[in-house]
Amino acid sequence: MSAQQDRGEYQALTYFQLMEVSLRELLVEKGVVSEQAVSDTVEDMRRRGPETGARVVAKAWVDAEFKRLLLENGTRACEAMGIDVPVLKLVVVENTPQVHNMIVCTLCSCYPRMLLGIPPDWYKSRNYRSRAVREPRAVLAEFGLQIAEDVTIRVHDSTADMRYMVLPMRPAGTEGWNEARLASIVNRDSMIGVAVPTIPKP
Amino acid sequence: MQEVAGSAGGQYPTSYRAVARRFAPGERVRVRATAPLGHIRTPFYIRGHVGVIERYCGAFPNPEELAQMRDGLPAQPLYRVRFLQTEVWPDYAGEANDTIDIEIFQHWLEGLKGGADETSPPPSDPPRARP
Repeated sequence: MSAQQDRGEYQALTYFQLMEVSLRELLVEKGVVSEQAVSDTVEDMRRRGPETGARVVAKAWVDAEFKRLLLENGTRACEAMGIDVPVLKLVVVENTPQVHNMIVCTLCSCYPRMLLGIPPDWYKSRNYRSRAVREPRAVLAEFGLQIAEDVTIRVHDSTADMRYMVLPMRPAGTEGWNEARLASIVNRDSMIGVAVPTIPKP
Repeated sequence: MQEVAGSAGGQYPTSYRAVARRFAPGERVRVRATAPLGHIRTPFYIRGHVGVIERYCGAFPNPEELAQMRDGLPAQPLYRVRFLQTEVWPDYAGEANDTIDIEIFQHWLEGLKGGADETSPPPSDPPRARP
């Protein structure tokens, strides 16, 4: 909510807000959906966040068999963890000392919302979408990530039915950590591939 | 156009009536350089470029047909195709091994082995939606 709205000033609906309200009210009026179903779905999407993806990453770091399944079929691996991922066809790409992966959707803003929640605004920006495929190293540098010349950058453009998540490398110094502690250092950006997990300074 | 029941496997097998799969991982393919109207999931920047099939994903309803409110069947085989950045952008500023992986439907791909059986009809212009 903008500061203007916070002060209680009148603000006209934008074109797309008006379209959304009109369409929703028509669908309710015609009995296609109920108000309750709409608000339940909105709440369900709001509840989803990158913590779920972080749990998946942490499990892959400690369980080699789970990691193998995750890379082979991301959806089945999530289901095996008891994570409900309706309609998601997940491809997990693994960062290694030789390869760094990065996700973009140049056509729109496809994103593994079931695991990472609502995408950040920059992910949907024309700037990121056009430059991630054209000059990924420059874009990563702007995120503060310098990738060595001998590391291959692999950009993944989600153009169709798959959704992508990066499995980052487990940082050194996390030996003996349990899954919950490991998950706490896996942030959203590291699963999009524009950051890497780091150990917070004490 | 040969059709098969189901998608014959793939990473995410589906049960749609599907077009037979023509490419295997490792095969070199060229993305068709054509510009039909409509809702197209093949980005402009990759059309005409040559890559290698990375994996077969399964068969999915054709999004160009779905956008016209049709059922998108027979489903089209979907692949992840890997391109070298230096092939896509002649002035690419990164390293020679950097790649871009993109999902592309089979009807947008042509084989590079040559031969009559390597060609299929190009994507057609879908009828324009009524205003």
